[in-house]
Amino acid sequence: MIAAFFERLNDAQGINFSVFYDEFDRARFLTGLWTTIYISIVSILASLLLGLIGVWFAGSRSRIVRLLVRAYVQLFRNTPPLVQLSFFYFAVGGLLPTISDGHGGQTPILSGTAWAIVALSLFAGAFNVEIFRAGIEAVPSTMIEAAESLGYTRLRLYREIVIPLAFRICLPALNNNLVNLVKTTTLAYAIGVPELLYAASQIWSETLNIREMMNLLLVTYVLLVAVLVWIMGRWERAMRIPGYSW
Amino acid sequence: MKTSVTDLPVLKPFRAKPIAPTRLGVRTLLSAGVFAAIAMLFAASLALAQANTPAGRDDALTILLRWAPLIFQGFLFNVTISFLSMALGTVVGTLIGVAQVSLIGAVRKIAWAITQFFRNAPWLVLLFYAMFLLPFEFRVAGFTLTFPAWAKAVIGLALPVAANISEIIRGGIKSIPSAQWESAEALAFNRHQTMWMIILPQAVKRMIPPWMNLYAILTMATTTISIVGIQDGLTVTRAALIAESRPELLIPMYLLLLLLFFAYCYPIARATLALERRYHLKG
Repeated sequence: MIAAFFERLNDAQGINFSVFYDEFDRARFLTGLWTTIYISIVSILASLLLGLIGVWFAGSRSRIVRLLVRAYVQLFRNTPPLVQLSFFYFAVGGLLPTISDGHGGQTPILSGTAWAIVALSLFAGAFNVEIFRAGIEAVPSTMIEAAESLGYTRLRLYREIVIPLAFRICLPALNNNLVNLVKTTTLAYAIGVPELLYAASQIWSETLNIREMMNLLLVTYVLLVAVLVWIMGRWERAMRIPGYSW
Repeated sequence: MKTSVTDLPVLKPFRAKPIAPTRLGVRTLLSAGVFAAIAMLFAASLALAQANTPAGRDDALTILLRWAPLIFQGFLFNVTISFLSMALGTVVGTLIGVAQVSLIGAVRKIAWAITQFFRNAPWLVLLFYAMFLLPFEFRVAGFTLTFPAWAKAVIGLALPVAANISEIIRGGIKSIPSAQWESAEALAFNRHQTMWMIILPQAVKRMIPPWMNLYAILTMATTTISIVGIQDGLTVTRAALIAESRPELLIPMYLLLLLLFFAYCYPIARATLALERRYHLKG
């Protein structure tokens, strides 16, 4: 019924939302949507892990290690993500050896999608390090002292006291960063990853419905972000500790 | 005239103190450690490329120096685009931001919806939007105004900037304690006067750090114009790599571009932090 409506809309008004009635275009669009979601989820998880590792090393006793973490964070925060992505895909990816694909051809070890995930995770991870650090600094020092006096080791102190509290403090900032990460996945277009923007551009270059696809694309991204914000909001509420105003 | 001297603290002669020196010094801006670490990474990649130079060909450093002026020019183009988009985005964003605190409900809601929509859409999609859907020429009263690609790119980048500025303005105005509004009302200021003479002068100070932060983000986002076919620093770098077709140059060349952006954006980020600390409200 929906398909029939959009087909009629195209015939009568010339407003061509081919995605809703054309099987092939719909499949491409949905594949793109799935790729975007897939890149987003994997990058979100990897960047959270990177943030945790980074903040652990940022508290290291060695000055060199601390400097390296700072250099990583500052480099990735203050350079364009698109250049980072190009650097990884064209420079690093181009220099890595290729492997045989079994049909007589050679394929790179890591696909464009994989490089997009690597670059985006490193980019968002740099922000996460700073966000986690701010959160950890905001944990009341009395909590840490109390745990220390109870004989907690550094690892247990972090795992059981600092991280759970710090995590709740940084959720709003984290929220922003993850939304930003989802928006940044569009940059993967530049290295030919078949994500949502890429799929849409393929459709509009064949069907010549730029205006419709653009609007659909914008709405889809705004909806994607809205879903993420809603999930994070629920999570924030679920993790709230009564007595703490966060 | 003799100034009266008293022990009473409240009556001590007033002397305007110079603004406390901030940590905006060169040392903070350059933060030698991080710069050194990143420059070392670049030097190491260059040395590696130098060592891998095929016999009888130009060495890596020569090629890099040959292309560096062009890449730098491309980078300056990015900076120019960032200035223009920031200017346009600030003007439009201010208008939407002020509309977001309007007393008229409908205006407030529309401004809020516009802000949220453009804030949550990816920058690249908005850039495509402007590139493809804006006409390449306008006919105004018989005159034909051509609309070059870079101008469309400026508009495309200004869209998300305006939405973010709108939020900065709203946040800045909302951060002023309501007592300021109330005392202004008690002193018979009208809303217009209160806004322009009392609220905005205080709020502007607090808007400067996020504004600078946004500028740094915008500067980095200007590289996306290379995707839509405008010759910026990234395009030039890629062209240089294709022209030379020397794989060992890939890493140093991209790192050079990264370093250019870093050298520009990092001091802005440091200054933002310093200003944030300086304008931080106590309590």
